[in-house]
Amino acid sequence: MKSIKRIAVFMTMLFMLTSVFTACSKSNNDTQSSDNTTAGTTDNTTTDSTTTDSTTTDSTTTDTTATDGTTTDTSADLSGTVTMAGSTSMEKIANAAAEAFMGKYPNVTVTAEFTGSGAGIESVTNGTVNIGNSSRNLTDAEKAGGLVENIIAIDGIAIVVDTKNTVANLTKDQLAQIYKGEVTNWKDLGGSDQPIVVIGRESGSGTRDAFEELVGVKDACKYSNEINSTGGVMAKVASTPGSIGYVSLDVVDDTVNEVSVDSIQPTEENIISRTYLLSRPFVMATKGEISAQSETVQAFFAYLQSTEGKDLIKSVGLFLPN
Amino acid sequence: MSDKSFSIIGTYKTKNTVERTAEIIFIACAMFAVIAVFSITIYMIISGTPAIFQVGLKDILFGTVWKPTAENPSYGILYVILTSIVGTILSILIGVPIGLMTAVFLAETAPKRLAGIVKPAVELLAGIPSVVYGLLGILLLSPVIYKLELFVFKGSSTHQYTGGSNLISAVLVLSIMILPTVINISETALKAVPVQYKHASLALGATHIQTIFKVIIPAAKSGIVTAIVLGVGRAIGEAMAITLVAGNGANIPLPFNSVRFLTTAVVSEMSYAEGTHKNVLFTIGLVLFAFIMLINIVLNKVMKGGKKDADS
Repeated sequence: MKSIKRIAVFMTMLFMLTSVFTACSKSNNDTQSSDNTTAGTTDNTTTDSTTTDSTTTDSTTTDTTATDGTTTDTSADLSGTVTMAGSTSMEKIANAAAEAFMGKYPNVTVTAEFTGSGAGIESVTNGTVNIGNSSRNLTDAEKAGGLVENIIAIDGIAIVVDTKNTVANLTKDQLAQIYKGEVTNWKDLGGSDQPIVVIGRESGSGTRDAFEELVGVKDACKYSNEINSTGGVMAKVASTPGSIGYVSLDVVDDTVNEVSVDSIQPTEENIISRTYLLSRPFVMATKGEISAQSETVQAFFAYLQSTEGKDLIKSVGLFLPN
Repeated sequence: MSDKSFSIIGTYKTKNTVERTAEIIFIACAMFAVIAVFSITIYMIISGTPAIFQVGLKDILFGTVWKPTAENPSYGILYVILTSIVGTILSILIGVPIGLMTAVFLAETAPKRLAGIVKPAVELLAGIPSVVYGLLGILLLSPVIYKLELFVFKGSSTHQYTGGSNLISAVLVLSIMILPTVINISETALKAVPVQYKHASLALGATHIQTIFKVIIPAAKSGIVTAIVLGVGRAIGEAMAITLVAGNGANIPLPFNSVRFLTTAVVSEMSYAEGTHKNVLFTIGLVLFAFIMLINIVLNKVMKGGKKDADS
């Protein structure tokens, strides 16, 4: 009896140990992609992107991947999933496009997570999502990893200050001085005697990368707060007197004041013609060309490039690339 | 009277089988806990050590510059470690006296009606999720701390203003968060002191307050130390609440500096880290794990010491 008990205990332990270690080694063999559902996702629709594989459409209904290039996408037929992850600045356009696309093709599910441009590019390189949203151009290294840069819109970065601030214009040099910590009080810039609270984004942010590169302060910025999302920066600037921050142009509302850069306002013509200093592309990166993606993803990009899609992009406050 | 049924009315053989099966099931369940701790330890060590070889233990633990995404990345987490230590110590210094006095109040000196208000309030405090503490910190605490900051550093030209998100805000949020833990466990410990001690002390002529501070609290010492150590565990492991109020810059932990804790460093960068950066984040997790293990070992030693005192 005692030996049977011993054997039973031993077998149970062996079984549990092997199951734990196979689970461990399986997750190590997968590319390290299981970490993009942690901090940073807002409570928008999140997808279980840790388990979907990007190149197969695991649609819940019928499988309509026509690999011979025929695009038979009548609204009732098209089904599948499109998963996006990335920039928080692109939240508005990603959600609007998802809603409109799902309205047009009721059997398609489009989901988006907002984890930051760096995280989005990482996810699409690893194959855990179909589209990586990035609010900056892709680097050469990222393109060498197989990503294709599909620019869907041009966006401006707005410099925002709190509503009590009287400064309405900053030159590029003044911006650089503020962000490098060389100027620390608003009175040196024509405002009231109020210390400057420098607010920025975390290091994986596309907005931060684009801003630092355009102003020329890459790796030299001294932030007092590094906040993880566009919404967070807006909230902090709105509630902290003397603060300054940068956000995507389309989220600016009347809780903050916009500041013009080099006396140029961020209007449509100034942004498209790139006279306004802080304009950057919104990129929906895919692994491989669009024509190599699944049918649903191709239909999504086709939608964005159609007149409906272009109107949608304009309606959320973005600008079309030339 | 069937003699093949598995009930307490059975033969010796069936009873024996039932006993043995139950034992095996209990052992298997217990093994789950052991295996869980075992595999977590092994996994943390496996994922935390590559960075030590890639970057060098000295550079990570004693370097002061945290710039993982720069051209020449540097991964020094000395300030981050110091911030966690300093932040935990400060929150303990603030939270434990308040918690202990509240526990004394609840256990010893409260009139029944007041205790009926305070006790449910403390239990409610224990149930509030930690993110809510962070949100309240941003809404209520940050503006006040910002005004304080403006006042303290008036005219200073070298201080980088943080707008209220700094070490002090994080420490205050942490102290409020460890209050329920400290209060509940201390109160249980105080109530568990044998009532003869109190009666003997009062019979010898000591006042109630003298009895509390010189007899009851020393007698409940091991329970109170348990409460403190559990509070430390909670403070050092808290991530979400203080991400919102700590400012997230990797600076030296002075009260009005924007700081980064071990936990917030992992939370804010894990989603986009890659390669060496990601490995270093796992090493940060390993350092945190080592701290918790250390605290638990200390707790066990103190508990054993306390048991000896109580038995002697």
